[in-house]
Amino acid sequence: MRQVSHLIEIEGLKKTYQSGDTKVDAIRQMDFFIDDEEFITIMGQSGSGKSTLLSIMGALNHPTQGKVFVDSLDLYSLSAEQRADFRSEYIGFIFQSFQLIPYLTVLENVKLPMAVTGQKKKVKNQMALEVIERVGLEAKAHRLPDQLSGGEQERVAIARALVNKPPIILADEPTGNLDSKTANEIMLLLQSLNKEGHTIIVVTHNTDMASYATRTVQVQDGECFS
Amino acid sequence: MKLHNISFGNIRRRKGKMLFLVLGLVIGISTVVTLLSITESMTKNIEERLNQFGANIVMVPKTQNLSLNYGGIDVGGVNYKVREIDQNSLQSIHTIKNSKNLSIIAPKILGPVKVNGHNVLLMGVIFEQELALKTWWHKTMGSFPKTPDQVVLGSRVASFLKVAVGETIHLFETPFTVATVLKPTGGSEDDAIISELAAAQKLLGKQGKLSMVEISAFCQGCPISEMTLQIAEKFPDAKVTAMKQAVMSKMQSIDMFKSFSLGVSILVILIGSLLVLVTMMGSVNERTREIGIFRAIGFRRGHVMQIILLEAMLLGIIGGILGFCIGNGIAYGIIPVVMKDGAFAGINVNLGIVSIVMAVALSLLASLYPAFKASNMDPSEALRAL
Repeated sequence: MRQVSHLIEIEGLKKTYQSGDTKVDAIRQMDFFIDDEEFITIMGQSGSGKSTLLSIMGALNHPTQGKVFVDSLDLYSLSAEQRADFRSEYIGFIFQSFQLIPYLTVLENVKLPMAVTGQKKKVKNQMALEVIERVGLEAKAHRLPDQLSGGEQERVAIARALVNKPPIILADEPTGNLDSKTANEIMLLLQSLNKEGHTIIVVTHNTDMASYATRTVQVQDGECFS
Repeated sequence: MKLHNISFGNIRRRKGKMLFLVLGLVIGISTVVTLLSITESMTKNIEERLNQFGANIVMVPKTQNLSLNYGGIDVGGVNYKVREIDQNSLQSIHTIKNSKNLSIIAPKILGPVKVNGHNVLLMGVIFEQELALKTWWHKTMGSFPKTPDQVVLGSRVASFLKVAVGETIHLFETPFTVATVLKPTGGSEDDAIISELAAAQKLLGKQGKLSMVEISAFCQGCPISEMTLQIAEKFPDAKVTAMKQAVMSKMQSIDMFKSFSLGVSILVILIGSLLVLVTMMGSVNERTREIGIFRAIGFRRGHVMQIILLEAMLLGIIGGILGFCIGNGIAYGIIPVVMKDGAFAGINVNLGIVSIVMAVALSLLASLYPAFKASNMDPSEALRAL
């Protein structure tokens, strides 16, 4: 394990996708860091490589070249199962279009990341209800996702990302499917979570969202500019 | 929240697909259960019929007598030495290894008696055993003997001696009442007078001796040949013969049907497994996004496999129970149609347990590859579909 001074450090990152004989460089060259308790927005146009960057930071996507350190852990020197454990402990994901499990209730969706942790049922319930209350959905805990509005579904997705109390929350276009009023509410919620100590990294192409962040990283043609 | 909640939830959500999968298992299991139930009923039915055939092991004293009998025509034999079986030693038959398979033991004494100046065959039997063995003995009128001074006449003897039921005949001067006359059987008993064993032994001066013993020992899996050897070992002075041709030919037919059933069962089970495999593969492909989410939020490969295999196990249990019930139902309905006088052998609990275990094993085996594929799904690839 190498001691690094930042929460996340990215060194010489490169990611190339190959489809048949065609190679596409999603990330050409990236070196940057993110400190603990920062609220970062990663901005860029579609196809700029920002979502690929997010998935690499989330231990989901093996880079072609370079290293990613999170809390001094060299992510891609870990085995696939160790990376799964890392995601469970360190990362809360908020996906584009919410990505809730349609046959599970709000409470069950929120408890999903805890299905593979060892806590007791009572503790799990309490933790899930706490975060559901935190996002203001306690009255709808037993509803199915399709019985909720877009904003409410986004809140469930945030609650699910928060439930294991991960230090890092990665959000991919969290406001992409919401009207501007609801989008602002969601960003305020993320801002308040950041103030509670979570490091928030949001990928978006909406420039208005940058105002909620403590720092913005611009991504263009697979390269980043702080 | 546990992994099984996800499995249950998915089954509830994809009812149609899961029903299709269960159907594959039900078809396989019910076919096996139906065929096995029919085979079991056939075996039971044939057992019962063979039991009605009478003895299948005959024990006679060893003699140096050459048989001069062909096609029922006896031209006499040269008796160098006649031996008889000791009645007291008969008890040792119950010490053979397969003694629990002995059903009826019917000892008898044979000898000629003078009646109205004619030589007639006297057969001394234990009526209780004999009537259990000779289910084709039917009386014309009266009843079978209840006391030692009563006899039964064969149909030809009765007409030859012109004796009717209730009349008295004298065997070596001893009076006996004719309790009943048998309807013609076409067998040796048509020409015989049948009395209680002890009375016949006394009349013939052969107290404690037996001319022959007929043994009925048919039951499923009874090793008739082996039992014959076991009895012969106990009675070195007796010749023990298995009348197994009838049993063998019937059992061969059942064995052929069993082989056919096995072949059909394997084929149907293969088709059922294929159905499970295809349905599970479809289900996994449909759930790419969902599996991507599971992996992204920290599920290990093993957790994903557990979810899929848990579903397979649950559906296997449902398929096994349904298949067993339906299979028994079909067998119940079909046996009277395919078998004359056939009756459903009853519900076999062991077969029920085997059916459920088999359905679960089948479902798990067929789901192993889809589960493996799901668990090995690259989460980034799965999430690219988001």
